[in-house]
Amino acid sequence: MSETLVAPNPVTVPNWEADPVLTVEHLTMRFGGLVAVGDLSFSVGRGDITALIGPNGAGKTTVFNCVTGFYKPTEGRIVMRHGPGRQSELVEEVTASGLRWKKNGDQGVFLLERMPDHEISARAGVARTFQNIRLFGGMTVLENLLVAQHNRLVVASGFSIGGILGLPSYRRAESEAVEKAVHWLKQTNLLDRADDPAGDLPYGAQRRLEIARAMCTDPHLLCLDEPAAGLNPRESHELNELLQYIRGRGTSVLLIEHDMGVVMEISDHIIVLDYGVKIADGDATSVRTDPKVIAAYLGVEDEEDLDVPEVRQDVIEAVGQEAIADLAPEPIAEPAGEPAPAVAEPPKRATRARKAPAKSASAEAAAPKATRPRKPRGTSSGDGGAT
Amino acid sequence: MAVSSAKFPSGAKGHQEESKFAHALRDALIAAFLAGVLSFFFIGFRTDIAPGGLSVRMRWTAWITAVVIVFVGRLLLNLFVFGRSWSGSSTKPKSAPLAERLPDLGKWLLRAFFVFALVLPFVAMYFFPGRDRQFIDIAILIMTYVMLGWGLNIVVGLAGLLDLGYVAFYAVGAYSFALLSTHFEFIGFWTALPLAGMLAAGWGLVLGFPVLRLRGDYLAIVTLAFGEIIRVVLLNWYDFTGGPNGISGIPKPTFFGLEFARGEGSFASFFGIPYSPIHRFVYLYYIIFLLALITNIVTMRLRALPIGRAWEALREDEIACRSLGINTRNTKLTAFAIGAMFGGFAGSFFATRQGFISPESFTFIESAIILAIVVLGGLGSQIGVVIAAIVMIGGTEALRNLGFLTYIFGPGFDPVQYRMLLFGLAMVIIMVWKPRGFVTTREPTVALKEKKRIGADLVAQGEGH
Repeated sequence: MSETLVAPNPVTVPNWEADPVLTVEHLTMRFGGLVAVGDLSFSVGRGDITALIGPNGAGKTTVFNCVTGFYKPTEGRIVMRHGPGRQSELVEEVTASGLRWKKNGDQGVFLLERMPDHEISARAGVARTFQNIRLFGGMTVLENLLVAQHNRLVVASGFSIGGILGLPSYRRAESEAVEKAVHWLKQTNLLDRADDPAGDLPYGAQRRLEIARAMCTDPHLLCLDEPAAGLNPRESHELNELLQYIRGRGTSVLLIEHDMGVVMEISDHIIVLDYGVKIADGDATSVRTDPKVIAAYLGVEDEEDLDVPEVRQDVIEAVGQEAIADLAPEPIAEPAGEPAPAVAEPPKRATRARKAPAKSASAEAAAPKATRPRKPRGTSSGDGGAT
Repeated sequence: MAVSSAKFPSGAKGHQEESKFAHALRDALIAAFLAGVLSFFFIGFRTDIAPGGLSVRMRWTAWITAVVIVFVGRLLLNLFVFGRSWSGSSTKPKSAPLAERLPDLGKWLLRAFFVFALVLPFVAMYFFPGRDRQFIDIAILIMTYVMLGWGLNIVVGLAGLLDLGYVAFYAVGAYSFALLSTHFEFIGFWTALPLAGMLAAGWGLVLGFPVLRLRGDYLAIVTLAFGEIIRVVLLNWYDFTGGPNGISGIPKPTFFGLEFARGEGSFASFFGIPYSPIHRFVYLYYIIFLLALITNIVTMRLRALPIGRAWEALREDEIACRSLGINTRNTKLTAFAIGAMFGGFAGSFFATRQGFISPESFTFIESAIILAIVVLGGLGSQIGVVIAAIVMIGGTEALRNLGFLTYIFGPGFDPVQYRMLLFGLAMVIIMVWKPRGFVTTREPTVALKEKKRIGADLVAQGEGH
């Protein structure tokens, strides 16, 4: 996997290579003739916050759905690991044996592409949230969190028989479950609303509740699909703190996010997708100065366009002030000067979108929010000829 | 019609009190006037066929009766029901505590309801000695539908899976008991009951498997087909089920081995009381009462257990359930199986009560009635099912005995003929007035501080609605 790496320091191996909790290898997902994800490989480090970014339609959510079992990938291997290290031998053994997973003491290897979605959550310890919030709206906040602890509680209730008889062991298990729920309600600042129906909560609180609910499943890896979408700056900031807290408890986080403020601030590792292939992979600094990333987000035709002052201004708006600090001395030479990173070259693609006008970009510099990436595909077709 | 000139009582009473009565009286008079004008042609005239055309006959008594009913009814409503809103500030402090006391009131009403159901046969025997059998029979019928409604409520109300073939499990339960008891001498009602329940649950699993992947309308169609398949098999498998002839001679339930009959070794002679055929009906009533009670207790308990919460979560959002590690296949199957089991229990009770069963009793209309009870009562609500069963089953039965309507609509009016029409009208009115059923709120299963009821607008209805 190391060939796809842009290591900030070639001597030390980054955490996501040395101790990955999840590796995605040669993942391909086709819908009929459309290749949504093509031969994608990346690793998620244990205890890291990993961000998966890219323009709209880049295939991020498809990758998520493959990892969490909602889609069966067309090709590829997705390995989830419990316990430290790459465990290469165990992975190969499980792959060859045709099993779905294998546990050895506190080590465990799970081949997610072979497992159904509910097993991925229950056994492999991968929890997820959804881009469009999916709460149990007619149930209270507390009930939502108890449903998340279903599997443990079912066993404790003696598959309902002990529960119907009202055995004390079940009551104990339930009060433990409520305690855990209360813990996460405190963390997400929802304790006051515990007895309110989830559908009545304001939007930001629903987002937090969905994260709390996912955490109640005790996951090893938490996958968040655009957790900051629709949040105001204060709520985004609270979300950052919550994610830091979750990481501090030893849960790895994989998130899709458009809000660069969130991504750049908290991510240990960023993977950039465009048209279903990886165009950059590394820590925040290396990704934000990567010309391919900038090109993908701004829709510039090629890197020379960065010479144009208006385009540079847009780049600054999109990727933040620090980026230009890096770029300032010799704008283009620096990233290009690096030993050509063996980033998988995007295949020849329809260039229509790519021709998004570089100069007209500044013309519409009324561009939405500074931190919000622009979406070349949506806007490009209308303003042809500006170049 | 003198409407305007009404003398209002005045004097010692306070001003507010006086104006309230005046309002009520004036409103009632206006209503009576309108009713008089409108009903003059509808009720007051009657055309009869006479030689050479039609002859008009006036029905003054019926017309005046209608006007008086409207006047008195409106007056009473104004004074005791609507009246509060007029007197403004004086009643406001009163209404707030009333609203707070309402849940308590509901609880006491439930208890009163329960006690009433408990003593119902004796009430019927004491107060209506001539018609006690009829009353107890209707009560048994209503109770059977309450139990069926509660069973279906697990599948439709909690798990949100629309099942149009619930009667199939009712049939499986009935035929299981009938066949077991007629083929094996030693199997009585109480031995056959759990077996019938298990067989019905087994068929619930058989139905559950193919419908697991289906949603919405497709789920409803497959369950509908399943109900019909069971009935058609019962009708055509002549050697085994007797086909359209059905099965007769199904044994009656015994009270710890004591039969309800004349002579030695019977219930009456054992307890030294004179024999009366009513004993058996009272006993049947208590059997179905007990079975329904068990259904309710088990359902209420399951609802507060993880499995019940998973059912409700499944109704709310199946994809979210899967993302939380809930095996939706098994969860749906348990809902189908447990719902079917209670249907099976009710089926074997039906067989022992009738003594004769045939496929005729298990047509689609039965499924529709049970589903209507659940929907009318409010999906997921236990007490709603009871109210709806009383309205639907008791209502249709009550319409058979509305002799007094002939005083209003003339001697030729037979309410039995209009039974289904009135019934349909009542259902339409109820669904317009309460589109989500009688009881629309959902009570949470667990709470940190207090249980707040959840409004129906937030609760999802599941698949196929």
